[in-house]
Amino acid sequence: MFLINCPYCGERDQQEFKAGGEAHIERPKQPTELSDDEWAEYLFMRKNIKGVQFERWNHAHGCRKWFNMVRDTSNDEIKAIYKMGEKPPSQ
Amino acid sequence: MTKNLRVKSSEYIDETNRISFKFNGKTYHGFKGDTLASALLANDVHLVGRSFKYHRPRGIMTSGSEEPNAIVQINPGTNRTEPNVRATEVEIYEGLDASSQNCWPSVEFDIGGINNFLSPFFPAGFYYKTFMWPASFWEKYEFFIRHSAGLGKSPTSSDPDIYDHRNVHCDVLVVGAGISGIQAAKISAKNNFKTLLVDEKNELGGSTIYENNEFNKINNKTPSEWLKKEIEELKGIKNLEIKTRTSVAAYHQYNYLLARENLTDHLDAKDKTNKIRQRLLKIRAKKVILATGALERPLIFNNNDRPGIMLSSAVKKYSEFYGVACGSKNLFFTNNDSAYESALSLYNKGINVEAIIDIREQSESKIVKKVKEAGIKIYWSHTIVDTAGYKRLNSVSIMKLSNDGTSVTGSKISIWCDCLGVAGGWTPAVHLYTQSGNKLKFDEEKKVFLPNQNTSEQISVGSCGGDFKIDEIIKNLNHKLKDTLNIKETDLDNIKVEIDQENSKRNIWLLPSDKPLGKTKPFVDYQNDATAKDIKLALREGFRSIEHVKRYTTTGMGTDQGKLGNMHALGIIADTAGVKMGELGTTTFRPPYTPLTFGTIVGRNVGKFFDIFRRTPMNDWHVENKAQFENVGQWKRAWYYPFNGETMHQAVQRESKAARESAGILDASTLGKIDIQGSDASEFLNRVYTNAWSKLAIGKCRYGLMLNEDGMVYDDGVTTRLGENHYIMTTTTGGAANVLGKLEDYLQTEWPELDVYLTSVTDHYATASLCGPNSKKILKKIIPDLDLSDENFPHMSFKEANIGNIQCRIMRISFTGEHSYEINVQASYGKDLWEKCMEAGQEFNITPYGTETMHLLRAEKGFIIVGQDTDGTMTPIDLQMDWIVSKKKYDFIGKRSLYRSDTMREDRKQLVGLLTDDPNIVLEEGAQIVSELNQNPVEMLGHVTSSYFSPNLNKSIALAVVRGGKDMMGKKLFVPMENKNINVTVANPVFYDEKNERLNA
Ligand SMILES: [Zn+2]
Repeated sequence: MFLINCPYCGERDQQEFKAGGEAHIERPKQPTELSDDEWAEYLFMRKNIKGVQFERWNHAHGCRKWFNMVRDTSNDEIKAIYKMGEKPPSQ
Repeated sequence: MTKNLRVKSSEYIDETNRISFKFNGKTYHGFKGDTLASALLANDVHLVGRSFKYHRPRGIMTSGSEEPNAIVQINPGTNRTEPNVRATEVEIYEGLDASSQNCWPSVEFDIGGINNFLSPFFPAGFYYKTFMWPASFWEKYEFFIRHSAGLGKSPTSSDPDIYDHRNVHCDVLVVGAGISGIQAAKISAKNNFKTLLVDEKNELGGSTIYENNEFNKINNKTPSEWLKKEIEELKGIKNLEIKTRTSVAAYHQYNYLLARENLTDHLDAKDKTNKIRQRLLKIRAKKVILATGALERPLIFNNNDRPGIMLSSAVKKYSEFYGVACGSKNLFFTNNDSAYESALSLYNKGINVEAIIDIREQSESKIVKKVKEAGIKIYWSHTIVDTAGYKRLNSVSIMKLSNDGTSVTGSKISIWCDCLGVAGGWTPAVHLYTQSGNKLKFDEEKKVFLPNQNTSEQISVGSCGGDFKIDEIIKNLNHKLKDTLNIKETDLDNIKVEIDQENSKRNIWLLPSDKPLGKTKPFVDYQNDATAKDIKLALREGFRSIEHVKRYTTTGMGTDQGKLGNMHALGIIADTAGVKMGELGTTTFRPPYTPLTFGTIVGRNVGKFFDIFRRTPMNDWHVENKAQFENVGQWKRAWYYPFNGETMHQAVQRESKAARESAGILDASTLGKIDIQGSDASEFLNRVYTNAWSKLAIGKCRYGLMLNEDGMVYDDGVTTRLGENHYIMTTTTGGAANVLGKLEDYLQTEWPELDVYLTSVTDHYATASLCGPNSKKILKKIIPDLDLSDENFPHMSFKEANIGNIQCRIMRISFTGEHSYEINVQASYGKDLWEKCMEAGQEFNITPYGTETMHLLRAEKGFIIVGQDTDGTMTPIDLQMDWIVSKKKYDFIGKRSLYRSDTMREDRKQLVGLLTDDPNIVLEEGAQIVSELNQNPVEMLGHVTSSYFSPNLNKSIALAVVRGGKDMMGKKLFVPMENKNINVTVANPVFYDEKNERLNA
């Protein structure tokens, strides 16, 4: 059970949070211009890295804010947490 | 007559407090402080159970939680009965009743014992190989297996005890109160760290508390004397909390640990009631110090499982701690010096020690010399090749070991004995360390797996960290504590330690016999009856991964997770495969360390607290009026209101007719309600719904369909424009939280530039939905000054009004196809509103209806229910709802996906109506639909999603999803059921009032 440092509330138990999948996948601005393959790339394709991964998390049972997390999926070490819209830390 | 093997008074046993208890129906006596195991041994009872596969007689092997054999059923036949309890952990109390498991009809005569003689036919994987074929026989096999190999019995009535959960936060958690744990806790607390010390036993001190090797000294005292004084000093220390009888079950990441605190299990039966039995501690610790000690290993030799064969350390503990001799002719078998300590401990109490069999060539330590001086015979370089005695060990045969340790030579010597203490070395208890996600390394010299690292958050100290000698323990503990607690000085700096050195070591994972391996039974996992032979067989059959061998042979798969024999299994695998230990990895230890009761896991979340539920403000009225309820999400919703013994069908038919003929009323408070405000609210709705919202006038309502980005229908509901920048959205009852979450996600992450604020107001409003041709008259009675004309208050519009002082939001919208109003009031006025409607509607026979009638009425109109008629694979086009998908809007969530080649296929499953040729047959929801009856295998075209008998149409109606259904209007299809085929015809899903004339009736 992780201890997650919500950028708005501070350290809270993992059970207050919801994971939201890979981070930094922007919704295409002009979906109608995209081919089926390009749209499918956005819609379906996600990385599933063993190691350092950029993820979205939501403080669902708290402030309801979304934020980003850098997590090593092999040992669940949280390397960094930053707000939506902020630049990801360089590796 | 039973023998009394109590040999001396022990300070841990209260001989003034005599306790009677029952084991297998017979009454025995022990003393306060005894475990069930020590009390049985004092009565010379070794045989306590039968093994799982071969039903071999088994005895008590250990004195702790690692016990594989002495697994008993506590208080059988009562509501407090508990299976799979270790006799070595049960503290006896007045009224305790325990019995053996896994034997029938009794432990003395067990029918399954025949498996032992058939054992050549029960190799590894026997169950997999034999009982799998033919598949249809499995039920019969299962009956046989279950009947003859019971694993204890679960209680049949509900648990009378109370369980609890508690969150605990501390700076330092110390697990294990042996010599290392006590020192760690003491030093940590003295340095102002809030410290919690837990131990699974009822007494502090671990094994050092009865450590009386005269050649080991701490500050010139024996370790046990010294430690007793240290424990005495713990009492006065601030910042230190001690919990005994508390076993850490799980160690998760981020120093989150679960521990079970046992509060009443040791109390007399009469003192257990109305107290919390067990408490689950959910511990968050800044630092964790593991001081879990080490477990003694047995040795693996032929027939090493007979009752009377025990761990050497257990024999010692029973004698020193409980004052019990485990036998009158004791023998030890060892590969290290610890058996000599046990032998001497027995000798000093006047208990007969016949001999020590040592696989080593010699040992020069002081304790060995002392044993020699005592005249105890030592057989160097010898091994046990066989044992005898069916229900109790009576002799062993030994032979000389060859130099390489793989065979035996010379002649066989027989030694009579009734107890054999086996010492195979010590295995660090690294279970919790590995659970925390860390890796082990193999130490070639010590032949053990050790923690690979200590971090600033977690250290392993004492023997669980690989230090077995008191001088090593103290030295390494001291510097680890200084590092992790960041302190300069400790009480350990000036401690004087003298120890007896052991130099000679010999480790043989599988000891040879004069018989070939195939003719022997060297048990590796006692609980699951896995032998060295099984492991070798698995390797011969091609298994290489430790995890596969483990599953195939079931080694380490019992409730004890193979605490005793795992190392031997790994050693035998490494030797056989010709690789180094550690190269093949080790097995994964999983939580819990020892089994937890279900009670502890669920705590207070039982009965009505099992899951939270939500009730509407009108709930009391529904209860008073005998409503039957159904769970929708977490809501308790009125399902139907049976009158005078009506069946559900009768009630629903009556309610449905009344709603269309005069007036019905539904509690719609559970619908999700989201308040949407902000200057970009209209734009936001445009992006999340499939239809256009910009032109919706203030005071108007619109139905909206929400898709996922993949184009599939996600939710639906009516949204009303309350003001220029203010909307109220309704969602399905079950989807409310998810919809809010999804909308927040888009707002925060994709469209942060939009000025929109979302607030859940589901609980803030109560909603009564009034429908039917007389609904207008009823509303008029309640709110006389509101103009209800179609001109002023048309369908799909909204008005604010007052009922007395109560403010209402009234939407003229309809989910039934009837003229209807949804009246929203502040939640606290919900019941009042409902009662006013009932009173005003009395003259029109207003009929309250539940969710079942609501479903029926909307099905007559062909309105979908998201989640019933859709399942996450239906687009609006599939639902024949093309009309709600805006062609003009550039984008909305899911739009692009509606033009993917897959979503545009003509042969997708599409929503259609179905009419049965016989109007009285009601289809089953979920039933499959086919077009051919004589095809094999037959192609499934789709399934029935909603089905009812319509009282208003006087016939059966159904909605279904059918492949290519859109073009099948009028086509004959079949619904094959178990014993009949039902003929159906594809129809328009709008069965009733196709022209929507009733909305304005
Ligand atoms: Zn937060």
